[in-house]
Amino acid sequence: MTQRTSRKSYVMVYVALLILLALTIVADQFALGVFNTVIAISIAAIKMLLIMLFFMHLRSSGCLTWIVAGAAFFWLSILFGLTLTDLLTRSWLVAPGT
Amino acid sequence: MREDAVSREQSAIQRVPGRQQADTAEVASHARQFDDAGQQRETASLGMWIFLATEFMFFGGLFMAYIAYRYLYPQAFAAGSQYLKTLLGGANTGVLLTSSLTMALAVHAAQAGRRRTIVAFLLLTVALGAVFLGIKGYEYFSEYQEGLVPVFNFAFDGAQPQQVKLFFILYFLMTGLHAIHMTIGICAVLAITVLAWRRRFSAQYYTPVELIALYWHFVDIVWVFLYPLLYLIKA
Repeated sequence: MTQRTSRKSYVMVYVALLILLALTIVADQFALGVFNTVIAISIAAIKMLLIMLFFMHLRSSGCLTWIVAGAAFFWLSILFGLTLTDLLTRSWLVAPGT
Repeated sequence: MREDAVSREQSAIQRVPGRQQADTAEVASHARQFDDAGQQRETASLGMWIFLATEFMFFGGLFMAYIAYRYLYPQAFAAGSQYLKTLLGGANTGVLLTSSLTMALAVHAAQAGRRRTIVAFLLLTVALGAVFLGIKGYEYFSEYQEGLVPVFNFAFDGAQPQQVKLFFILYFLMTGLHAIHMTIGICAVLAITVLAWRRRFSAQYYTPVELIALYWHFVDIVWVFLYPLLYLIKA
């Protein structure tokens, strides 16, 4: 086990997470079209990164752990990405010029 | 054989009730297949991470279904989302984030071998988890009263009722699966609270606390994504 994260660091990360949560809810009050979803997902991703790096000690973990964590996201990106390539291209193709 | 002497000494230690297991034998000991205690700890953590990766995929399937149907029926999903209690869900998110903090602080105390502090933070985590499930249960109950539960009493008189029903099927499935994970997590944390109280952990050995904490943070991460995707769909 490498250096121990201090209690203060945990609390600071926690405060940051709460601020991000408040930001998410506040941002939802405004109508920003597709950016509502973009902002919501981005904030959720940042929160996830904070939890993974600090609470789950990923920062002080070995390379193998990083690879496993990265692999989970890699497989999810295959699942989401390839399914969406089907879903997003389900429109009638029109011949050019018509 | 030196190893037999060590294991005899260890079993002698365990036979003495209530004795702190922070002896030199414990410090140097590790299972035979590992080079040292540090590698054994890392391996345990890696094993939990691999399990969590499979759990990501487990939830990933439901998230994919959500993505697909929200893409196909955006208005129906937005309409359904209005019926969810945004602030209550937000409070629940805060509760879970706090429980992650108390869980991290429990691991921090375990690294120092402070028994009472570990137990205190673990109990706090359990309490916060119970609060989360309580709020979730109240939400489910009020959704039942409003006739929004598919299979049971879904009755929606707005536009696109079938698609809104789809939204609620996904809502109940995703939050329900998450609630099951929360329940399992609470039981696991209670189990290690008992172990911690019974002095089974020390500054050299607190692996169960570390691993259950990883699981707990994962369940928190899932909710961190569930909340905006289900509750915060803008109409």
